[in-house]
Amino acid sequence: MGKLSNLTKGFVRENPVLVLVLGTCPTLAISTQASSAIGMGLAATAVLLGSNVAISLLRNVIPDKVRIPCYVVLIAGFVTVVQMIVEAYSYTLFQALGIYLPLIVVNCIILGRAEMFANKNGVGASALDAIGMGLGFTLTLLVMATIRESFGNGTWMGFRIPVLYDNNISVLTLAPGGFVIFGCLIALVNKISKARGRNLKIEATGCAGCPSAEACGKIQPGTGEA
Amino acid sequence: MDFRGLVIILLSAVLVNNYVLRQFLGICPFLGVSKELGSATGMSIAVIFVMLMSTAVTWPIQMYLLVPNGMGYLQTIVFILVIAALVQLVEIALKKYVKSLYSALGVYLPLITTNCAVLGVTIANINKGYGFAESLVNAFGSGLGFFLAMVIFSGVRGHTEDSEPPESFAGLPITLISAAILSLSFFGFNGVIENLFGQ
Repeated sequence: MGKLSNLTKGFVRENPVLVLVLGTCPTLAISTQASSAIGMGLAATAVLLGSNVAISLLRNVIPDKVRIPCYVVLIAGFVTVVQMIVEAYSYTLFQALGIYLPLIVVNCIILGRAEMFANKNGVGASALDAIGMGLGFTLTLLVMATIRESFGNGTWMGFRIPVLYDNNISVLTLAPGGFVIFGCLIALVNKISKARGRNLKIEATGCAGCPSAEACGKIQPGTGEA
Repeated sequence: MDFRGLVIILLSAVLVNNYVLRQFLGICPFLGVSKELGSATGMSIAVIFVMLMSTAVTWPIQMYLLVPNGMGYLQTIVFILVIAALVQLVEIALKKYVKSLYSALGVYLPLITTNCAVLGVTIANINKGYGFAESLVNAFGSGLGFFLAMVIFSGVRGHTEDSEPPESFAGLPITLISAAILSLSFFGFNGVIENLFGQ
C-alpha cells in the first residue's frame, strides 16, 4: 500500500463515520452547527494524531495484555491537553462542545485506530492514517452540519441563507433530525458504493473497529453490525 | 435539596433529557445490543449499576481530592481510569462472590468501560454542580432512561428486522431512521416537569 493511500483512505473508502461507523455519538450531537463541527473535528484530529504517533512509537514497549488501558491513559492525556488549549484560545467553542470535548476519550475512532492501525505500523504511516481519518471525520461532520444547519436553522457558519431562513425545518437541528440525516447519509454511501460495483459491507466493519468487539461478540454471536 | 428537587432531577433525566434519544450518549450499545430484548435488558441493568457505582466513586474524588489540591484539570484522565478499574473490580468481585449476578451481567461489563454515557454522566454531575445525593439520583435516572430507550427500541428493532426496506437502507440506515421516530416521540415529554411541578 502506497503512502498516499494511508492518508486518503480515511476521506471516502474507509471513512471512519460513514463506512466504519465509529464515533457516532459526537457525529450526531455536534453536527447542529457548521462552526462547532469543524472545531470538534479538528480537536479529535489533534488527539488522534498525538495518540497514533505515541502508540506507534511505544508499540514494542506496551505489553499486549494491558494495551487497552495503556492506550486509554495516553488518549486521555492528549484529550486533556486539547481541552486546555481550546478553553484558553476559543472559549465559545469550548462552551459549544460542552461535555463532548472530554468525551473524545471514549470516541471509538481514536481507540479503534490505535487498535487497528497504530500498533501494527510505523510512525510515519500512523501519523498519515491519523490525519486522513481525522480529516474524514471532520469532513463528514461538516457535511452533516451543513445540511442540518442550512435546512434546520437557515444559516451557515452564522450567515443567513435567504430563502431557507424564512422556511426552516427546525426539527433537523433537534435530535430526530440528527438520526434521520445520519441514516440517509449512510444509505447514500451504500447506494454510491453499490453503483460503483464495490460492496463496502458496512455490517461487517462496524464492530471490528470497536475495542469492545470481542466482548460484544459473546452477546450476539455471528452478528457484526454496529 | 429537598425531596421534590430530587424527583424533578430523576424525571427529567429519564424522560425529558433522555441520554440516548436527546443527548446522543451511548449510541453504540443502543444500536449494537438492542436486537433482542434479553440482551437489551441485561446491558441496561449493567449500565445503571455501573453509572451509580462510578458516580458514587468519582464525585468524592473530584470534590475531596482533585479540587482542594488544584488538580481539577486531571478530571478526564482520573475519571476514565477510575471507571475502567472499577468495572474490572466489580467484574472480579461478582465472578468470585455473586455467581448468579455475574452470569446475568458479566458479559456486558467490559463493554461499558468505553461507553460514553457512563463517563458523560459523571462529568455532567460535576459540571451541573450537583451535590452527592443529586448526583446519585441523576446517575440512576440517566441509567433508567437508557434502560427505557433500549427496551422500547428492541421492540421496534424486532419489526424492522423483518421488514424489507429499500436496498440501500437495509441494516443500519433503517435502524437510525426508526431511532429518529422514537426520539421524536420522546419530544412529547417536553414541558412535563413544568406542568407537574409548576415551575
